[in-house]
Formats: sequence, structure tokens, C-alpha cells
Amino acid sequence: MNSKKISRRNLFKVSAIAGGGLMLKLSLPANALEDGATTLVKSSELNFYVQIASDGQITIYAPNPEMGQGIKTTLPMIIAEEMGANWDDVEVVLAPIDPAKFGLQGSGGSMSVTRNFDAMRRMGASAREMLIGAASQLMEVERRDLKAESSQVIHGSGRSMTFGQLASVAAQQPVPVPEQLSFKDPRSYSIIGTSVGSVDNLVIATGLSKFGIDVDVPGMKFASYTRCPRPGGKAISFNRAEIKALPGVVDAFILQPDARSGKASMAFLEGLAELQGGVAIVGDDTWSVFAAKAKLKVNWDESAASTDQWSKMVTDARAIAAKGGGEVKLVGTSVPEALSDSNNRTIEGFYEFPYVAHVCMEPMNCTVDFRKGTAGKPASMEIWLGSQFPNQVKEIAENMLGVKQENVKVHGLRMGGGFGRRAVHDFAAEAMAISHKSGLPVKLTWTRTDDIHNDYFRVGGFENMKGAVNPDGKLAAWDQHYIGFADSGKPVIGSGLRGNELPMVAFDNASVRQSMMPVATACGAWRAPGSNTNAFVEQSFIHELANLAERDHVEFLTELMGSRRWIDEGNISALNTGRAIDVIKLAAEKAGWGRKMPEGTGLGLAFYFCHAAHVAEVAEVSVDADKNYRVKRVTVAVDVGPIINMSGAINQVQGSIVDGLSTMALQEITMQNGRIEQDNFHQYPVMRIASTPEIDVHFIQSDNKPTGLGEPALPPLAPAVTNAIFAATGERIRSMPLSNAGFKLV
Amino acid sequence: MSKYTLSVNGENLEVDVVPDMPLLWVLRDKLKLTGTKFGCGIAQCGSCTVHIDGVAVRSCVLPVSAVSGPVTTIEGLAPGDDLHPLQSAWIEHDVPQCGYCQAGQIMSAAALLSSNSQPSDDDIDQALAGNYCRCGTYVRIRKAVHTAASFYNADKRNG
Repeated sequence: MNSKKISRRNLFKVSAIAGGGLMLKLSLPANALEDGATTLVKSSELNFYVQIASDGQITIYAPNPEMGQGIKTTLPMIIAEEMGANWDDVEVVLAPIDPAKFGLQGSGGSMSVTRNFDAMRRMGASAREMLIGAASQLMEVERRDLKAESSQVIHGSGRSMTFGQLASVAAQQPVPVPEQLSFKDPRSYSIIGTSVGSVDNLVIATGLSKFGIDVDVPGMKFASYTRCPRPGGKAISFNRAEIKALPGVVDAFILQPDARSGKASMAFLEGLAELQGGVAIVGDDTWSVFAAKAKLKVNWDESAASTDQWSKMVTDARAIAAKGGGEVKLVGTSVPEALSDSNNRTIEGFYEFPYVAHVCMEPMNCTVDFRKGTAGKPASMEIWLGSQFPNQVKEIAENMLGVKQENVKVHGLRMGGGFGRRAVHDFAAEAMAISHKSGLPVKLTWTRTDDIHNDYFRVGGFENMKGAVNPDGKLAAWDQHYIGFADSGKPVIGSGLRGNELPMVAFDNASVRQSMMPVATACGAWRAPGSNTNAFVEQSFIHELANLAERDHVEFLTELMGSRRWIDEGNISALNTGRAIDVIKLAAEKAGWGRKMPEGTGLGLAFYFCHAAHVAEVAEVSVDADKNYRVKRVTVAVDVGPIINMSGAINQVQGSIVDGLSTMALQEITMQNGRIEQDNFHQYPVMRIASTPEIDVHFIQSDNKPTGLGEPALPPLAPAVTNAIFAATGERIRSMPLSNAGFKLV
Repeated sequence: MSKYTLSVNGENLEVDVVPDMPLLWVLRDKLKLTGTKFGCGIAQCGSCTVHIDGVAVRSCVLPVSAVSGPVTTIEGLAPGDDLHPLQSAWIEHDVPQCGYCQAGQIMSAAALLSSNSQPSDDDIDQALAGNYCRCGTYVRIRKAVHTAASFYNADKRNG
């Protein structure tokens, strides 16, 4: 049942319909996806990334984990382009976890394209030079008269040889010196910049794609794990006899907390992934261990458990805002003077944003086979999981259980969503401990409730904003007080200001202060950390100031940018005001900015810069008398340099808009004496299809380096929508989610 | 434990499980048909959608003892060598991002097309209202259902 054949006729049918723009690849059987090397016969390895079989099939390894961001397709496209391959001849295989060959195999921070573009070009160019070397030898012609295209090496005379014919001789060629490689002129690109369908579409659409949760290992048992509902608590005892007597239950036991699993060499993971105390149940199938979990009666030690209370955090933050103060991050030239100048108009607003969860569609899971050491043979472990940084789990095995990293084999599988959640491996630590203690290969699967309660949340926070405009309608002062959260005195991931926000980088009368409150609830990276909340506050408040000045928002915003320049010359992580102005103007133009809008409708604009991306969005919103609002259309203008895969890039933008809307409209995590109050989707909904706006995406393909697009289209969405609601109704929304203010997304 | 004979994708298969085990886990853990996904366990997200007698149901809340007709999963949606028109359209429009919810989306859409071969946007929104896509591929899902409907009708005309 697992080896569905797809007929050639059907392939051609689909390809023809696609008009050549989106291509269908006949993929390997699903069980061969992970380690394609075993399926390749008579292939020649040109480098770690490229193999060519004698029949002309080109295999390209995709080095980085795939979570829906499209990187498994994008990076091989760069290699294929540079080597002169025909994309139809390319089979993409997810590379095994092997940092010695494939470098940092991680997906996060929208960095995969930025970090790998040149390396992938080198791999492609290197393969191309070896193929040309082979052709030169076999055809007895000069290298300089040869070129590679459409999976052939072609001589100036018109003679040609296919890559397949050249493969075995090419593999014997000397490996070119990286510094001597030259790259194709972008104007001659035939793959980069086109729309290529994701290489796994066929296996996904037919149900054959293997995610971590689908792993099946011989002799495998199934496990559930139950932590204390209040983070930091640990299990003392439980109704073990009753649980063990339930059908399908093999074993049940307590695990004690273990901080050793939280040790990490990657700085941003340090201290996370600590094994939490709880009760493991091992059984014959997932349902048995879920059903038994529901019958657990645990006596918890809550002496060190979290007492976090969202309602108290809100009260405390308001008190801090009223009192002022905080750590000074930036001092403007004359902020107090401008705020008290009676010629100026001033405005103040207190903004709030909640904790939110990742809710990847695939709940966290991990399969582990721990094998005890015997005389002369050290302990070893095999791990299967979907992870954004799969190699990192080896450290947990070594630090927590003493299994040397060289004796740990990790299989990284496709992820059913990541969004930053799968950068942290607490669930893997649990699976390792359960396999270790039970002596069995086990697949640990979290329930949705586990997945929400045990999340590393997007941190909530507050910002108290004051600003002034002068009689000329120009910004006169900006005063921002960020009230966020710290753990052990250190701001958690995503809390605080990054220092490259507007208007501070381009305006000298801005003051910024920061106050931190303690938090015990776990926080982590959530799609565009920091940016996804700061954009809401800053881009809303700029709109408030533009309105106060009775100025057009586009004009006010572009005026803030000043002259066209890099804020930090040549640093792609710094704002470029020219690129910013261009995307703002393009989004406004495409959205019909300035046109007269019918009553109850409005356009709202926002711009944000993060992840080296300049993005502007205009939302068109209608609102009725009962505060039902509909986002009819979102117009997006993006500058991330050249686009590698047009279809993938548009997909990321569309997804970011939907994700941003879903979050701002509906989602909020709250804590009550440490316990997370939302248990499942009935209390933590995700936006459904009917609310989806039209999404109109425009790229400015500037000649900058290509950079990533998994995150940066999300942050501007929330302020674009609330600015549009203001335009439609005159009501300013300073708190997310909008459902709390009685606004209902329809 | 009790024995149940289920018709799954045209085959009669026997399983020996507790009566309250949801069909989802019978499919995934006992029959090794993992194309049907677990998302929430409370019929909110639609990742587990399968057909029973051609009707889309959430297999995560349906006890195996209550299964009353032949079951079709994503693996059996297109029984021969050809893809189902929805599967072709999903590929054509490059719908998936992470891909985890897509089997459920396709199964809900397939049930729609079997009763309404020319669905409007509203029909699609209604039929797929029970299916979350956390990656936000809804724009493409709508387009792909429309495209599939046109294949579907062309196939019917061609007999």
C-alpha cells in the first residue's frame, strides 16, 4: 500500500496543465526519501551534494531541515542552476545529518538562503567544471569552448554530451579550487527566479510523506508523558497499579527533572530543553497511552512550581508604565522638552500583546531507540524526529545519559510545522529518558494539550508610547517604554527592543527605556521573534502620530526615512531607507492608496524591516456596526533581493499574512497560578479558510544578496490591519488579540 | 479487546483492539496507514479526515466500534495509477508548505466534489471549514479545488 505508482500519462497530464511553470517530480518511494544513496546505482559523486547516474538522473542533496519554508526545494535549485542542469532531471533527497559534510544543518532566523547561497553556487559551479573537464577530455576539445546547459555539455561546434554520459569521467576530475570558480550571469538563469513546485508535493498529496510522527521502528512501543500542569512541579507518586492494569499499557514510571539536558553549545538554546518532571506511560499503541494518561492521578510536588498569572502581569505592567523609569537604552536630544512644548501636539498610548503558542499542526513527537552498552561496545542511540536543528539532540544524549555523540545517529524528518518551536528539543529529552528507562524503542507523541501547555511561547509584553508632532506636522519626539519579561535577569527570547527599529534609527529625538518583569513560563522563538510584536506597536504608533499631524500616512512614514541610504553601510541586517521607501510606495500604489473608500471600509499601511527584508503591507478592511470585520485584501511589497523560487516565495508571503491575521485576531495564552489555561483548539483557535483575504504579492528584485522569507512578511500584518480598522471606524486598537476588544474576524 | 473487520481502501482488514479506540489510531498504529494525521483529538482541526461511505468524517473522535461503512483514506483516494484530480491540482498550484494538514484538506474537498462538481468559493469555505492549515495555504487550497473541479468535470465528460 505504500508504493503507489503514478502513471506517466498522469505525469504528463499534470505537467501540461501546469504550463511548464510548476513541475511535477516523480519521487522516490517514501521510505527511500531519507537515505536516497542506497537507491542510486552506478552513480558518480561529484561532491557531497551532487550525484549523476549514467542514465542522466541527477541527485542533489538538500542540506537543511524542511518545515514548510520550502528550503528543501530552494537550495537544490541554486546548485542545479549553477551546474547547468535541467530541473526535470533533478531528484532532490534530504541529506543525512552529517555536519562534517553539510555544515550547520539548521533552519531558523530566515537565514538558510542568506547563509547558503554562495556555498550552493560553489557546489553547482564545481560540478559544472568537473563535467566540462570530462567533456574536454572525451571530446578532445578546449575547455573554453564548452558550456553546460540543459544537463549537457555543449561544444561551440554544436557537438554535445549529456551529463549522464560524462558522469563517471567527471567524477575522476580534479576538484576545482573554490576561489577559481566563477558564477553564472543572473541574466542567463533558467531555474533561479522561476516557479518550481515543492519537491515533496506528490508524496504529500498522496499521503506518503513521512513526518516524525509517522516513524515506525521494529519492536517500537508508544509513549505518552504527563508533566505537572504548573511548570516546575515534579511527580512524587501516582496510581501506578491502576494505570499498569489498563489495556495496552506496558509500563508506567516517574521521571525526575534533569537540567543536564538543557546544556547546549548553541547560545540561544542554552538553558532550554531541560527535562521536566512527570509521568511516562509506555504501551502498545498511541491510543492506549493517551487513554491511560487521561486516567492518571498524580501527587505533584509544586513547591518550586510557576505562580505566573497573566492578569497580575497586566496590572503590574500598567503600574510600571505609570511610574516610568526603566533601563535607558537610547536618549533623544530633547524628548521631555518636545513633549511639554505647548506648540506641539502630543499623544500617549499603552499597547499590549499576549503570549501566543506555536501550535504546529504536527504535535511534538520523537522516536528513540536507546541501546545499553555491553562489554566492549559502548551505549548507543538512534533518534528520529522533526527538528529545526536536528544535530543538536546529540548533545542531550551525551549530557543527560552519557551516550557519546559519535554513537548517536539522528534521522531528521520533515516537520509538520516549526515556526521556531522545533528549535527546542525538550520532547526529545523526554523520549530519550523514556527509552533509556524502559529499555525499549519508543515513539513519544504529545497530545495537543501537551503541545500547548509545554510550549516555548511567544512572549507577551507591553509598551507605553508617547510622541509629539510639531506645528509643521513633523515628528518632534518619540518616547518608548518597553515592559517585558526576563528569566534570571536575562530578557527571554523576543522580549525587548532590537535597536534597529523605526523611527529610532533614522530620527535623533527618540528615547527608549526597558523594564523587565520575572517570568517562569517558558518562552522561545516564535516566527520573527521580537519583530512580530514590536512592528505592531511601532507601526501603529507612527500612524497615530501621522493622524495627529493630519498628514497622509505614506508621506509621513517615507519622510521619516530621510535620504536614501544604508543605516549601516553594506550591512544587510541594517535598514536601507531607499529600499524601505520603494516597498512602501509600491504597496501603496498597488493597493490604490488615496482612493475614496466606502463607509465602513479603510486602508491601513505598515512597514517593517527584519531578517534583512524590507516589507510593506496595505490591508483593506471592512467593519460593520457589530464590530465584525473582514480583511478583504492585503497588498504586499517585498524586497529580499533576487527571488530563488517564485512560487515558494509567494507561498511564504501568503502564509505569513494568514498566520499574522490568525494570531492578531484570535490567539492568546494566559496563565492562572502557573497553569496554562488553554487546552486545545476550542480555546486556542486557528483562523479558518473563510476569513482568508485576497493576497497580492509584489517583489522588488533588487541587486542585493538574496535573503530569507520565512518570517519577515508576518510582522507588518497586524499594524496594517489595525491601522485599516482605524481608517474605517476611527477606533484605535492597542491590544491583541482583537477578539478581546469585541472585534470579530469574519 | 474485540475483533473488527474494516473495509479500508477496498480491502477487508481485521483488527483486534479496544472498542473505543478511534479509527484514526487503528489506521495509523495498527494498519500503518500514516497518511491520515493526528492534530487535536477533538475534531477541531480536520487533519484526521477520512471518508466513510464517501462522507468526510473526523477519524480522531470516531470509535472503531462505530465505523459503519467502507473507509477511504488519502492513500486510497485514487485507487489506480492515476492521481485524483484534487491531488493533481494540489501539485499544480504548489499548495503545501509543511504539508501535514493537506491529506485532511484533500479528503474534505473530495467529499465536496463528489456531491457538488462546481463549487463556489462559499461552498469551498463551508466544506473546508473544519480543516485548519497552520501554514496558511488557504488561498491556494481554494484555487486548487476550483481547478480540480474543472478536471473532474472534464473527466466526467470524457467518460
